[in-house]
Amino acid sequence: MKTSKPIIDGSDLKKIYQMGDFEVRALDGTSIQVNEGEFVAIMGPSGSGKSTLMNVLGCLMSPTSGQYILDGEDVSVLDKIELAQIRNRKLGFIFQSYNLLARTPALQNVILPLYYDRESSLTAEEQEEKAIKILEAVGLADRIYHEPQELSGGQQQRVSIARALVNDPVMVMADEPTGNLDSKSGAEIMDLLVSLNKEGVTIVMVTHDPAIAKYTDRTIHLLDGKVAQVVKNGKEHK
Amino acid sequence: MKPLKVINIAWQALLKNKIRSLLTMLGIIIGVAAVIIMIAISAGTEATIQEEITGLGSNLIYVTPNMTKLTPGSMQSDGGLVYDDAFAIAEQISGVNGVVVEQSSSQTIKAGDTSLDGVTIMGTTADFPSVRDMEIVSGRYFDQKEVDRTTPIAILGSSLAEELFGDRDPFGETVTVAGNIRLTVVGVFEEKGMVGDVDYDSRLYTPITIVLDKLSDNKFARFKGDRVRTIYVEVDDSVGPDGERSLDDVIYQIELLLAKRHEVTLEEADFVITTQQDIISTKESTTAAFRSLLAWVAGVSLVVGGIGIMNIMLVSVTERTREIGIRQSVGATPNDIRWQFLTEALLLSLIGGLIGVAAGVIGSWLFGQASGMRTVIVATSVLLAFGSAATVGVFFGYYPANKASQLDPIDALRYE
Ligand SMILES: Nc1ncnc2c1ncn2[C@@H]1O[C@H](COP(=O)(O)OP(=O)(O)OP(=O)(O)O)[C@@H](O)[C@H]1O
Ligand SMILES: [Mg+2]
Repeated sequence: MKTSKPIIDGSDLKKIYQMGDFEVRALDGTSIQVNEGEFVAIMGPSGSGKSTLMNVLGCLMSPTSGQYILDGEDVSVLDKIELAQIRNRKLGFIFQSYNLLARTPALQNVILPLYYDRESSLTAEEQEEKAIKILEAVGLADRIYHEPQELSGGQQQRVSIARALVNDPVMVMADEPTGNLDSKSGAEIMDLLVSLNKEGVTIVMVTHDPAIAKYTDRTIHLLDGKVAQVVKNGKEHK
Repeated sequence: MKPLKVINIAWQALLKNKIRSLLTMLGIIIGVAAVIIMIAISAGTEATIQEEITGLGSNLIYVTPNMTKLTPGSMQSDGGLVYDDAFAIAEQISGVNGVVVEQSSSQTIKAGDTSLDGVTIMGTTADFPSVRDMEIVSGRYFDQKEVDRTTPIAILGSSLAEELFGDRDPFGETVTVAGNIRLTVVGVFEEKGMVGDVDYDSRLYTPITIVLDKLSDNKFARFKGDRVRTIYVEVDDSVGPDGERSLDDVIYQIELLLAKRHEVTLEEADFVITTQQDIISTKESTTAAFRSLLAWVAGVSLVVGGIGIMNIMLVSVTERTREIGIRQSVGATPNDIRWQFLTEALLLSLIGGLIGVAAGVIGSWLFGQASGMRTVIVATSVLLAFGSAATVGVFFGYYPANKASQLDPIDALRYE
């Protein structure tokens, strides 16, 4: 069910930090395309700009230069408020450290994006129903009212996946989603992401682990803020 | 976001830190309670003063000697006011209801075995009860004939009667003043209580001629008439803004009369005329100063409360940086974040305000009970205090809320 509609079209993206006299080129002319329904891994040595790229693609920051078209909309020109609304309606985030609201039940954590959706036509009850359904889908039917500190790392990451999905995003951004997990729960999370991808969710994921990258369709290797190579299904692909 | 949701989120955040929320509110609670208690105290004081003033008797004009304009050669501190001036006023000025002259002397008095030192012997005239609003509860008062004849009789203040005679009826008993002046008790005044700082109940009242003839040390000065300290003039209903003549007119007539009698010009008058209104004004300006002092104290404590809120909100914003980042990552705009924290500050100050109002009302009552001072809860003070609390909340909550809203999502998410 994969189509070729581009979700991400970033060309010559640069992110330059001015540190006193010298500049850090965290992104130094990166171009990246991701199509609807794809599952893409981003790899590269530490400091190569993976997180920076995710933050730009996730509309958490604007690139210093370059053009970024997300789901047909040029977002490189948007202001803070518009970017917040894009994140709210089009994107879902999964973080290495889960980033759930402390002392807040899983259900409320999952509903959170819907709170900030100005255009949502859902009533409070419908929002809750939707969040519960998604929590059930990620395997947390019996943890709906648990707070993060009462959940294992793997379970917390499932809550954050549910939160990333609740607003029906066009793309889910995952920065080292298994980085804090042991290999068993890491594998479970990857299985979950793969099955979500099979259902049509577009996913871009940063990972350090080649074994985890194998779950994806394509791996984009970064080096010094540039795309070094793209590997497709294990096949080299310059 | 809908307002109700914002309030709910803010409320949940406050509940997560109950102790801190309570401590934060403490400043506002104390501030609001202080405003209410302070205003209750000053309103109580004002009411007491009002009552004292009406307790002095209504429509009174006071004529007193002018100490700075003593006639040359006169060594007497009583200036130029004499006993006969009072009767001249009563007879020649229209609109005068009654005139009272008082001359007091502090003496030792004896009744049977009981002896009291330093009792004020109030020499006065027949109009005294009506002019000063004093009622006789038993026996009678004296009339002008008895004053003229220097009749040795006495009326006792209520507490003096009890001290001298206990439960016995003092009527007809003899009281000895200054060792040799024997006065027959003919009446007792009702309890009057303290008026200003004067205790009317502990005094002995007698015809003024007794004091002038027998208790005055300045008999040599009597060639010009008996000098007196105060003449009280009560005007009748024909005087006033709606009456036939104005109070100022009556005062002017008295001034002319006395100046003529004393053979002085109005500019050099050896007497001063004061009205009830003058006294009210002086007292009111004193309470106004008192009240504005209290208002300042209370206002400062509210501001301190507000700074407390700002402090805690700033700490809270820093502590919850990550939460802010999470909210931003799922789509909260700067406005959403600003409103969230502003609402928290507002809730803190409003709830603090409510508790403060309760504390203020209870505190005013307790203070009144403990100090014996009168306190009056003023409805507008409750509104004022509550309104100021809300204002303080918005004012001091805005800076931290704005700071929170300006956080960069990436920095906020990365914050440990
Ligand atoms: N706010 C910043 N100011 C200055 N330099 C920054 C900033 N953020 C990132 N960098 C620099 O940009 C480069 C890329 O950082 P980035 O976090 O994207 O690396 P990464 O590939 O995600 O590394 P890791 O695998 O360790 O997470 C690094 O050299 C980093 O020091
Ligand atoms: Mg990184």
